[in-house]
Amino acid sequence: MLFDLLNFGKKKASKDIAKERLKLVLIHDRANVSPQFLEMVKGEIIKVIQNYMDIDEGALDIQLTKTESEDGENYVPALVANIPIKKVKDSGK
Amino acid sequence: MGEVLVVTSGKGGVGKTTTTANIGTGLSLLGKKVVLIDTDIGLRNLDVVLGLENRIVYDLVDVIEGACRTKQALIKDKRFDGLYLLPAAQTRDKSAVNPEQMLNLCEELKEEYDYILIDCPAGIEQGFKNAIAGADKAIVVTTPEVSAVRDADRIIGLLEANEVRAPKLIVNRVRPDMVKRGDMMSINDIIDILAIDLVGVVPDDENIIVSTNRGEPAVADNKSLAGQAYRNITKRIMGEDIPLLDLESSQGFISKVKRIFKL
Repeated sequence: MLFDLLNFGKKKASKDIAKERLKLVLIHDRANVSPQFLEMVKGEIIKVIQNYMDIDEGALDIQLTKTESEDGENYVPALVANIPIKKVKDSGK
Repeated sequence: MGEVLVVTSGKGGVGKTTTTANIGTGLSLLGKKVVLIDTDIGLRNLDVVLGLENRIVYDLVDVIEGACRTKQALIKDKRFDGLYLLPAAQTRDKSAVNPEQMLNLCEELKEEYDYILIDCPAGIEQGFKNAIAGADKAIVVTTPEVSAVRDADRIIGLLEANEVRAPKLIVNRVRPDMVKRGDMMSINDIIDILAIDLVGVVPDDENIIVSTNRGEPAVADNKSLAGQAYRNITKRIMGEDIPLLDLESSQGFISKVKRIFKL
């Protein structure tokens, strides 16, 4: 009871919780609507990076995920790419 | 040349059939020739919402299979001039129809009618594919709930993938009192998330249940607030610029409700 009273002022409106949850779930849903989407992004990234370095294409991993925003209050979508480099090309130096 | 609109939502129970019945009736009240097609084969309901369940002889599958002429299967609503219903079959399943057949049927009906409204079944399977096959435009119905908005987003993606462009949104069953106290997402919250154009907002209204009980669409009831919302949506579909109903200013809303109940 006391706990409830102390928290009363801080309680988030339920519609804001709904909105936040929706935004997160939609990031994943939307990425799933077109499985080709990530493949397209992946292909383009490989093309650009190969101009500068040799990479291990088979081990390349790209994911759509979420990360905390700069103010730390919300989550925002993030594209995380793990690209193993074999060798940096001389022309890039 | 008419226009084919599909009414869809993904999630079941958000009001697709009620929306189809009311917009269709509303268009006929404004002098348009309208055919409503129920594509929910096996679970038909548009007939009962419209109060036409006792007049069914032929259905959509009969037309597709050539068991009757299209005209024979269209039920003419005697209360609303220009309104026709093509009911779904109740004893068959979705595989009885394919998208190409639906497209041909829509093309045929467009020749003679101003609007063809397609009531889409819930889900994203065969029934959905059939329903959108002949559609020029789409109306997506949602409610201010996480599950309904999520499914609406999925449907919007699928409509675009199937080249049904620029779908328009109806937010159904809005409760201004709950929006006001922060316990229901507002129209702006939903638009913000779905990023599509709004064609109307329908308040949660007991009159809808009463009108469904009677088989008389609320759009024809001048005392119903939801009916007013559907009349506005109908006009917007016809290209008129009508402002949204003022649901959120509590004074306006309460006085409107009071007026309705005193009448």
